[in-house]
Amino acid sequence: MIDFEPTEEQQLIIETVQAFAQNEIRPRARDAEESAKCPSEVLSAAHELGLVANALPEEFGGGGERSAVTGVLIAEELAWGDLALALGILAPSLAALPVLDFGTDEQKQEILPASIERPVAPTTLALVEPRFDFDPFRPTTSAKSDGGDFIIDGSKCMVPWLEGVESVLVSAADAQGAQLFQVPCDAPGLKIAPDDYMGIRALPTISLTLEGVRVSGNARVGAAQGCDHAALVNRGRVGLAALAVGVSRAAFELSRDYAKERHAFGVPIATKQAIAFKLADMAIEIDGLRMLTWEAAWKLDAGDDVTREAALAIDQARRVALQVADGSVQVFGGHGYVREYLPELLLRNARGFASFEALTLI
Amino acid sequence: MAISFEPAENSLRARDFYHELATEHMRPISRKYDTQEHDLPVEWVDHYWNHVRDNTPANDGPSDGFVQVCIQAEELCWGDAGLYLRSPTAALGGSAVSAAGTPEQKERFLKPFRGKGQPIWGAMAITEANAGSDSAAIETTAELDEETGEYLLNGTKIFCTAGEGASQVEGGFVVVWATVDKSAGRGGIKSFVVPAGTPGMKLVGLEKKLGIRVSDTATLVFEDCRVPAANLLGRAEVKKKDPKKSGDKGFKGAMATFDASRPIVAAMAVGVGRASLDFLKEELERQGVTIRYDAPPREQTALERDVIEMEAELQAARLLTWRAASMMNRGKPNSLEASMAKAKAGLSVTRITQKAVELLGPLGYSRKLLVEKWMRDAKINDIYEGTQQINQLIVARRILEYASSMLR
Ligand SMILES: Cc1cc2nc3c(=O)[nH]c(=O)nc-3n(C[C@H](O)[C@H](O)[C@H](O)COP(=O)(O)OP(=O)(O)OC[C@H]3O[C@@H](n4cnc5c(N)ncnc54)[C@H](O)[C@@H]3O)c2cc1C
Repeated sequence: MIDFEPTEEQQLIIETVQAFAQNEIRPRARDAEESAKCPSEVLSAAHELGLVANALPEEFGGGGERSAVTGVLIAEELAWGDLALALGILAPSLAALPVLDFGTDEQKQEILPASIERPVAPTTLALVEPRFDFDPFRPTTSAKSDGGDFIIDGSKCMVPWLEGVESVLVSAADAQGAQLFQVPCDAPGLKIAPDDYMGIRALPTISLTLEGVRVSGNARVGAAQGCDHAALVNRGRVGLAALAVGVSRAAFELSRDYAKERHAFGVPIATKQAIAFKLADMAIEIDGLRMLTWEAAWKLDAGDDVTREAALAIDQARRVALQVADGSVQVFGGHGYVREYLPELLLRNARGFASFEALTLI
Repeated sequence: MAISFEPAENSLRARDFYHELATEHMRPISRKYDTQEHDLPVEWVDHYWNHVRDNTPANDGPSDGFVQVCIQAEELCWGDAGLYLRSPTAALGGSAVSAAGTPEQKERFLKPFRGKGQPIWGAMAITEANAGSDSAAIETTAELDEETGEYLLNGTKIFCTAGEGASQVEGGFVVVWATVDKSAGRGGIKSFVVPAGTPGMKLVGLEKKLGIRVSDTATLVFEDCRVPAANLLGRAEVKKKDPKKSGDKGFKGAMATFDASRPIVAAMAVGVGRASLDFLKEELERQGVTIRYDAPPREQTALERDVIEMEAELQAARLLTWRAASMMNRGKPNSLEASMAKAKAGLSVTRITQKAVELLGPLGYSRKLLVEKWMRDAKINDIYEGTQQINQLIVARRILEYASSMLR
């Protein structure tokens, strides 16, 4: 039966995460952004809530409650607080979910408990490549088999890189197509350099250059079986769409409240249709995007191929987030342009969705 | 319950049933009645009255409730939105009776629609030449004749959908909005059921339109048109305007029927939009063009980008519609969500159908195919049941928590 009501348990999770976002994330967002640092106390506090751990199986120390729908509900609330910090909080999913879905027993033993125990997982994911024609489904980074080993060449960027990362899952094309390979940070031929972006500055990100990096056959996620790389990209897109809902909602709520306070020509600007209709459109578009995101997540839980749904959701996410964030700067007028207020930060973050891929997984 | 996008078995069966109906009985006569404006589409009306009503899939087991009504509207409007509006049903007039009528009124006015006689129609007449979006400005009067206990209606209503059938064919009725006390403002506005053939109700004209041409859009004149007091829907007494309070409960009640009708209109829009999009994709496939959902944006053709955006817009509109409908199932107030769905569907489907004409080139513009008709049909969804702007206004007032006096 068609229904749009979260379960009571999900409702409780939403409320908990909303409170967390309001009390712990939002107040730190601006400072974190200006100092380009992801505050460790936020990561620790979020870790206590067990947002990622709860989705992982009990045998590895998780809560065993995996649900993409619950995942998107959480992601929206966190991103409402701040996108960069939300990405930091959700970063453990980047290695845990691909390994959970496709990894060998050995890989699960190595990566899952470690992703659950610590606020910062020791493994991260490198998918995006620094090129205008980057295709997440078909990376140009290559992995050539050499004896039992693989030799990896290529470059990556936008890799979440919190303190304590020891290895990175690099997406690269081998004879079977796109796959993931676990590369230790100290592997010879691997070079790491910090990234520098217009937004999400509180999330440390890095670029990788891989020149003839040799890894053993066991480093391939899923070993001989490999992994369904496209499914991973889709999970990333649904997650990003959920984050875009959160960012958009933040921009909308700030604009709505401001428009009721701010007077021009003797009346609150919200009483002017040009502003009121902009706000109405924001609200409608955000809800439309949220529904598309929920549907894609629900299909993930049902085990369906969601390539189309994820494409529709991310298409709308890119458009809506930018439109709403731009609208929030506009509603704030000059005040939207100065860094004392959040809209300018939201606009910088929102523009990123066009370039983001696999910064979180659902 | 939990978030779920899986239609109930009943809905799936209903969808198949209406889809076949749309394919077999609507599409083949779509063009004919687009051209023969004002002709009664006898084959559709008779088929609907004699077969469809009896054969609609029964709802046994779990049901999507009001969402299923939306699914039905989408399928039939995928077939032909004009024919859907011309179907012999109580339509909006029936919704008004259901929402505000007494059990006796429901029995009296709605029972004939379950009967066996000739096909009949219901309609709703609010709009006047000087009162469209501002429906509280209506000037049609209803004066109580104390002696006979009857109301005398006087005024002219325009743009009444199904107004020809509902005013002319015995057994049907028109729900008419009129004011019993101009000085009371909105509080004085009441609605009356005027049975077809009531002396004093005259059909004086039918509009020629951009689209949905088979739907009869009537001008009705009321001249000392007498209806018994028992035909008044809701309460008779007038709550005077209190400037401190918004004392127009009756009017608000009347507006509440829109909470049910707007999701249906949104679903109708989605049906027309889907017709265009389905055709476009089939035509592209025939030409060997497939939409690559997983190609990077820089590699997708402009055509692929357009189609993906159209699909996303359509699906967002559909899901907003279903959300508004499912809130009704739960008995939750949904006027915000109903207006969101109507605004989104009206606008996005207008754009989708216009884009489909563009993308198909001369095929899209040709009257040999139906794509151009769908574009003409779709546009009405952005106008009636509250224009785009009126629904934006409602959404804006709700999210800002403004009374209508704050945002006009
Ligand atoms: C085919 C058809 C079928 C119809 N069926 C029915 C029916 O069955 N029953 C019935 O009662 N009516 C029906 N209508 C009438 C329909 O509901 C009205 O046409 C509609 O409400 C708009 O009113 P209007 O045409 O007077 O436009 P106006 O109210 O004159 O509006 C003109 C423009 O101004 C905008 N506008 C108006 N007020 C505002 C505001 N406050 N803020 C911003 N913009 C504003 C409108 O959005 C529109 O763009 C039908 C109309 C058509 C064309």
